[in-house]
Amino acid sequence: MADYAHPEVLVSADWVAENAVNPGVRIVEVDVDTKAYEEGHIPGAAGWAWNTQLCDTVQRDIIPPRVFEELMAGSGIGNDTTVILYGDNNNWFAAWALWQLKVYGHGDVRLMNGGRKKWVAEGRDLTIDVPTFSAAPYTVSGGDSSIRAFLADVQKSVADGGHEMVDVRSPDEFSGKILSPPGLPETCQRGGHIPGASNIPWAKACNDDGTFKSRDELDALYSAAGITGTKPVIAYCRIGERSSHSWFVLNYLMGLNNVTNYDGSWTEWGNLVGAPIERGASA
Amino acid sequence: MKMKPEDYDETTIELAGWPVRLISYKLGEKYICKADNVSPGANIARGEGATKEEAEAKARELAQSRLSQTRTQAL
Repeated sequence: MADYAHPEVLVSADWVAENAVNPGVRIVEVDVDTKAYEEGHIPGAAGWAWNTQLCDTVQRDIIPPRVFEELMAGSGIGNDTTVILYGDNNNWFAAWALWQLKVYGHGDVRLMNGGRKKWVAEGRDLTIDVPTFSAAPYTVSGGDSSIRAFLADVQKSVADGGHEMVDVRSPDEFSGKILSPPGLPETCQRGGHIPGASNIPWAKACNDDGTFKSRDELDALYSAAGITGTKPVIAYCRIGERSSHSWFVLNYLMGLNNVTNYDGSWTEWGNLVGAPIERGASA
Repeated sequence: MKMKPEDYDETTIELAGWPVRLISYKLGEKYICKADNVSPGANIARGEGATKEEAEAKARELAQSRLSQTRTQAL
């Protein structure tokens, strides 16, 4: 992990096994499959459900600051706690949680490289025992909105070409052949992509065991598609979670400056009246 | 109570015309199987059973049902 721009944002499964009971560390599982935590999780780990605890369930948005504070406090996480996130599917939703923690300015949050997949494949300990935590005081102060792109930012970028835009969905979603990942509900009325976007599916950043590819491999992957960081980069997908993973890669592993996650993503853009779109495969 | 996952297995099949990855393992007294759609890798079904075959059959059945509802658009 030494070649990454910020190797400190990743920990290994061995590190987690050795530090899971460290009082200054909190392990948290966030999965695509929201039943995975109750099936068995790393001993001592908290579990967050992405669809109820990390989303505003009324207004489409990430959770508001006060709810975020309650989630952190209730998980025994203080402002100085080192938070280690892991999850299934190559840390897909764990990366989304990490991005939210950074939006709210949490200092030390990292991913367990390889996520749940590697932990399970290696036959490491799991438990169904749900830990209890003493509430910790937690206060959101400031935060970092510079890592989030909103609709107006994307509209401006489409108009003036001021960004490198990367669509991290599958090639079939990018082309417009399908409106959602196979087997999942459709969330937009049109297929296609934002004009000018390059297509680099998020999971290409990972090895078969769920760990991240090397720095050289990541640099080659993105530069081949024209994502070099010479302009600010906007990443998007369908609802902003896959692109959180790519944001993590671009920002922390490759060290590009000024990378944002457009969490409105295709579900927002693809449903906008009058918004320009393109169809077809990546150039 | 701690448990160790055993018999981890990963295979790719095709259902309803789409590639599907099946990941199965034994945890405690039961087998668990998860099906994802390979690209992008979203979890689409899971199954549990006393045997690997039973867990996989449940996951396959649900995955088949969900994938068969995926519409494709002419480009």
